[in-house]
Amino acid sequence: MNKKGPLYALFLSLILLLPGCSSIAVLNPKGPAARTLSDTIILSIVVMLGVLAVVYILYVFVLLKYRAKKSNEDYIPPHEEGNKWLEAIWITIPIIIVAFLSVVTVKTTVDVENVAADYKDQKPLVIYASSSNWKWHFSYPEEGIETVNYVNIPVHRAVEFRLYSFGTISSLWIPQLGGQKYAMSDMLTTLHLSADTVGSYTGRNANFNGKGFAHMEFEALAMTDKDYQEWVKDVKETAGPLTEDEFKNLLKMEYVGRKTYTNTHLSFSPPPGDHGDHMSNNGKEMDMDNGTTEHQDNKEIHPSPAPSSETEFNSEPNPELDEQSTTHEGH
Amino acid sequence: MDWDKFKVHGEPLIYGAMASIVLATIGIIVGLTYFKKWGYLWREWLTTVDHKRIGIMYILAALLMLFRGGVDAMMMKLQTAAPDMKFLDSQHYNEVFTTHGLIMILFMAMPFIIGLMNVIVPLQIGARDVAFPRLNAVSFWLFFFGAMLLNISFVIGGSPDAGWSAYFPLASIEFSPTVGNNYYSLALQISGIGTLLTGVNFIVTILKMRAPGMKLMKMPMFTWSVLITNVIIVFAFPVLTVALALMMFDRLFGSQFFTMANGGMDMLWANLFWVWGHPEVYIVVLPAFGIYSEIIATFSKKNLYGYTSMVFSMLIISLLSFLVWAHHFYTMGQGVMVNSFFSITTMAIAVPTGVKIFNWLFTLRKGRITFTTPMLYTLAFIPIFTIGGVTGVMLAMASADYQYHNTMFLVAHFHYVLIPGAVFAVIAGFHYWFPKVFGFRLNERLGKHAFWWIIISFNVAFFPLFILGLMGMTRRQYTYSADTGFGPLSMLSFVGAVGLMIGFVILVYNIYWSTRYEPRDTDGDPWDARTLEWATKSPIPAYNFAVVPTVKTRDAFWTSKMDKVPLFEDKITKIHMPSNTGKPFILGVIFFVAGFSLVFSLWIPAIISGVGILIVLAAMSFDRDHGFYIPVEEVIATEKKLRGETV
Repeated sequence: MNKKGPLYALFLSLILLLPGCSSIAVLNPKGPAARTLSDTIILSIVVMLGVLAVVYILYVFVLLKYRAKKSNEDYIPPHEEGNKWLEAIWITIPIIIVAFLSVVTVKTTVDVENVAADYKDQKPLVIYASSSNWKWHFSYPEEGIETVNYVNIPVHRAVEFRLYSFGTISSLWIPQLGGQKYAMSDMLTTLHLSADTVGSYTGRNANFNGKGFAHMEFEALAMTDKDYQEWVKDVKETAGPLTEDEFKNLLKMEYVGRKTYTNTHLSFSPPPGDHGDHMSNNGKEMDMDNGTTEHQDNKEIHPSPAPSSETEFNSEPNPELDEQSTTHEGH
Repeated sequence: MDWDKFKVHGEPLIYGAMASIVLATIGIIVGLTYFKKWGYLWREWLTTVDHKRIGIMYILAALLMLFRGGVDAMMMKLQTAAPDMKFLDSQHYNEVFTTHGLIMILFMAMPFIIGLMNVIVPLQIGARDVAFPRLNAVSFWLFFFGAMLLNISFVIGGSPDAGWSAYFPLASIEFSPTVGNNYYSLALQISGIGTLLTGVNFIVTILKMRAPGMKLMKMPMFTWSVLITNVIIVFAFPVLTVALALMMFDRLFGSQFFTMANGGMDMLWANLFWVWGHPEVYIVVLPAFGIYSEIIATFSKKNLYGYTSMVFSMLIISLLSFLVWAHHFYTMGQGVMVNSFFSITTMAIAVPTGVKIFNWLFTLRKGRITFTTPMLYTLAFIPIFTIGGVTGVMLAMASADYQYHNTMFLVAHFHYVLIPGAVFAVIAGFHYWFPKVFGFRLNERLGKHAFWWIIISFNVAFFPLFILGLMGMTRRQYTYSADTGFGPLSMLSFVGAVGLMIGFVILVYNIYWSTRYEPRDTDGDPWDARTLEWATKSPIPAYNFAVVPTVKTRDAFWTSKMDKVPLFEDKITKIHMPSNTGKPFILGVIFFVAGFSLVFSLWIPAIISGVGILIVLAAMSFDRDHGFYIPVEEVIATEKKLRGETV
């Protein structure tokens, strides 16, 4: 059994042989949330290596010392019922370790579920990220811009992604900026991310959602504030508007490349739990306070029967959902 | 009728599978007819209520499913071995990983463990059979036909393609319009009912049928683990039953429990699934702990260290297993409070599990350790499972899980838990108890060859996945581009998978080789073991014990050997045995027909077979067969023959 030693040395060298930490996205953070998580992960790895070391040392010692040999053929192992003190030790120490890690967990979970400490005093940039089939739609209500399959954000700025889906559950994940969160059809979820280094980061859907899942990637480009303003201006000048019909077509398509529009779909297709009455027609003056992730009563999202109409747009709060339900062809 | 929905779109692999299934079926039918074995098959196996034979059938089915699930695994590994592979298309890959997960957990690990339970538990507690032998046969045939129903989906209609967790709305008729997920809901339902009945059966068996003197705290550890496991089954499986029924209503009858419209809620499915799904992990892992406890004690020549804390740690694990389900979806946006609660309950499981690890290590300490094949698997389990355990603690930390969730890191973790925690255990138990059932050992040299292939390849196949996960590779993605950098480690993982396959081929070859050449064991106790099952003769007579043993200590058989105290004090009397019955098998067949009809919405056959099920159930209820007695002379003759004396 002592053959196992070299085996694990092999794995250790395997880790060292890797092309450095730079290719390990999760441990190569470019934003405060990802940095918190990277630190948490490394801390937990160190603690766990300690636990492993205790078990392995004891294991190797016991196997070497008490293996059956020619010399101990007459040895009759004693009858042992257990030892209260020893058992108390290996109950207490794990409890202490778990308690420590619990504190770390709660603290870091609070950290990453809120705006990063460095950017606490900023008003976050709100971006609605919604998924349909195997695409991501990013709506910037403040700028009145919508993009498909890429998202540009300014560095050193708190960004609040509000996630939802036009179908299956997907999960927005930009490993170098922070953890992931589900986008679902009946509930809005919030993901706080910020970048502190300019660069292009891979983002993707992490939650399996069918045929095109593997290709559901997007680019998250963190740019300086100046570049970001220029990009916004540029979009306003060059891109065209997103009409309701075009958006419907977009939803039906399985894959598309990048797209850019000068208005968002939020005005005619409001997200779940965030209704038209919070929003003016062009989506520019949104009520920013309603960014919670509380469960919404589904009846508000999918009313049946439809409530009496107040405006042209919110008479059927989420026409796209129903539209898609009936026209989606599957695979 | 629309025949198209029965067809699976053309791929050489699937046509190959169809052809091989047809050929194998023809081969079996011709073989049975040629050797005139139909009667034997029916009398001795299909109608049996003997717990040992039912156990053997469970294990055979599990080995078959191990092969099927293994082929799925190899196809997945080959497809992801290099960037932009074109071996499987997306749809096919999705079906393959879905069936791999379902088959390995529900139709390989569970039946393998239930098979070992069936063979060993009555023997360990000194009983002649389980409490409800016919119910046991019903359990097996429902499991078997459920498994077959899922397996034919590959060639008839298409397999489920939404992952083994089948999250809605992806698994709804809207996004998964093939019959695949109909198979999911019905095949799992049928076999799940079987498992639930097993749970009831074994709880009663263990509580009511122990040999005189065997108090609960004198039971062998494997029996304890089985008792606790079956309590989990009885509490967890009804949740699956309900969830699958709602899923079936959604898919077949247009209800809206989990859909996007009309108030349906996809998150409800995820919750229901994992309220069953997490205890399910412990259903396969706890009996494994029991198996390891037996093997470690036997091959250290020592009693199990900290017996009481072993029992209590399992009780605590079983309780906590119902309080951790939401850790499967920390990222669903339920907020800090909920996630923190589930983080802490999840990490708390590490404490009782750690207690077990240390108790095993201290059982080894001061022992005299011999490295037999079952012991090697057990000893490999400790360091490998500890990696699975500590990564489990890492995943339990909600914040960090936002980075691990849905990635290869998670895949690596649960393979590091389930393969040493369940697969090594059933292999170890298989080698350990094989001589008890068949009267000869599996060859040690071949066994150790297989062991080293399996252990080393396992680590080569799964350790790289931890790193791939941290690099950002998600699970279930059928392809990736070269510039992701996932290529080299994925290739390494594929190499490991090939090694695992070689190991399993050697293992199976060992069964064949040993059957032919291994010397026969005559005294029934080849390992010099400690618990009651070794007090019987090998192979075990139908009635197990000619005389019911009287138990005074924990390792009853060991004490009787050491202190030269007889276990069997009473005289031989006539033995009451249950009669064989074909009804459980027929019930299974009708359930299969009913399931198949529902999968394809064939209402008339579904209704007819539904009525058929009720008729068979009624017939079983009013059956007035009270079994039969084996006369004393026959028992004495059998015992003499087993001792090698001439009658």
